[in-house]
Amino acid sequence: MNLFKTILILSFAFLTVFGETVLGAPRYFLGAQVDLLPALMVYAALNADIVTIALLAVLGGVWFDSLSANPLGISIVPLMVAGFAMYVRRDLILRQSPFAQFMLGAAASAVVPGLTVLFLLNGGKQPLIGWGSLWQWLVMTGAGALATPLIFSLGEWCGGALGYKLRTEVSFRPDREIQRGRK
Amino acid sequence: MFKPKNYLALGAVVLVAVALLSLPTRATSRLKLAVSSWFLPLFGLAGAGQQLPADLADSLLPRRELLHQLDVLRRENQQLRSQAVQSTAIARENDQLHALLNWKQTVQWKLKPANVVMRDPANWWRTVQIDLGSRDGIQTNQPVLTADGLVGRISSVSYLNSQVVLIGDHDCRVSVLIDNSTHDVGVLTASGPLDASFVQLSYLPSMANLKAGQNVFTSGLGGVFPKGIPVGKIVDMQTIEYGLATEARVKLNANLGALEQVCVLIQ
Repeated sequence: MNLFKTILILSFAFLTVFGETVLGAPRYFLGAQVDLLPALMVYAALNADIVTIALLAVLGGVWFDSLSANPLGISIVPLMVAGFAMYVRRDLILRQSPFAQFMLGAAASAVVPGLTVLFLLNGGKQPLIGWGSLWQWLVMTGAGALATPLIFSLGEWCGGALGYKLRTEVSFRPDREIQRGRK
Repeated sequence: MFKPKNYLALGAVVLVAVALLSLPTRATSRLKLAVSSWFLPLFGLAGAGQQLPADLADSLLPRRELLHQLDVLRRENQQLRSQAVQSTAIARENDQLHALLNWKQTVQWKLKPANVVMRDPANWWRTVQIDLGSRDGIQTNQPVLTADGLVGRISSVSYLNSQVVLIGDHDCRVSVLIDNSTHDVGVLTASGPLDASFVQLSYLPSMANLKAGQNVFTSGLGGVFPKGIPVGKIVDMQTIEYGLATEARVKLNANLGALEQVCVLIQ
């Protein structure tokens, strides 16, 4: 297990949840707060192992719910469902393509709040829902979609800057060089 | 595709979620407060970061501007002092009249100022957290207001922080009185998810004498909010239930979208 990547993802999740509670600009300008945890889950699902995905779902969900009026634990399963669905199919996904990242980010950012609200309604809670929620859902989906390729770039940059670099094998070997011409 | 380890992890996560959701309310709120306290250093850092530009601007403000502001504040102070003298006289007269009529004395409001440290990250709740907790004498259900009007009530309290549920959330219903000839009473209920400045006023009688611009105050019914706190103004109204009841839209006096400082009313 690459512990560095796990710590990086969880630290980013912690900061993301904190940022969502403090930064009011999206709510002010767009009428909705954006949630970057689903986008981060896409990155984790395509780059990390199942333990990291599970940890991100549990800790990210608990952090989010503890700062919100959500019942504690309600956000865990939606995050895990989004991450798990991508993880089991990740060999078939072109994870390096920004378009694929964009689409997966959009899907995860649409599914996670949708499932959370569904669970809340099923649990007898009364979240604020109306026609305006459709706009909020679109904003969350769009912002998550745009953020996912950026999170991938950030993850790669952090991995390159702070992690161990892979020793690359080059095909060129001087002792196998074909000498042309006569000596 | 099928690996037992993956499904084990999925099962474990679902189990954790179910276990957390089935905890008793008291344990959940304690756990929530414990987890949210991890963020306290970051909130402190953010507060200091927000203060920094203001401090910088203060240090860069020219002397002339400062003198001008001082002059304006001195004049305002004089006006407020004379108003305070008048209000003291009025209060004394009021007390004497109360004593003559043997009227029950109104309890003085005690306000504790607080800073809003965070907003709910979920779009489907309308709550904020303030930097006053049980160590400051805060208790659940205490009203929260600004200089403009009512904001909400305290919904949960930790040692250092408290959660405030704002007007417009399903958990904050307020009984209000309309400042008109018939003194109609209604209940402020949930608003739409997008615009926090308008709320719905329901349970009004069908013959309610409503007009746009009428002021709305807390009625004191229900026991949570004392009577007379300004809430907002009527914007428009409509009859519902085939004319059996009336509903109105109220524009709140307090700007719930840009709350920075609030006061907790401690009676």
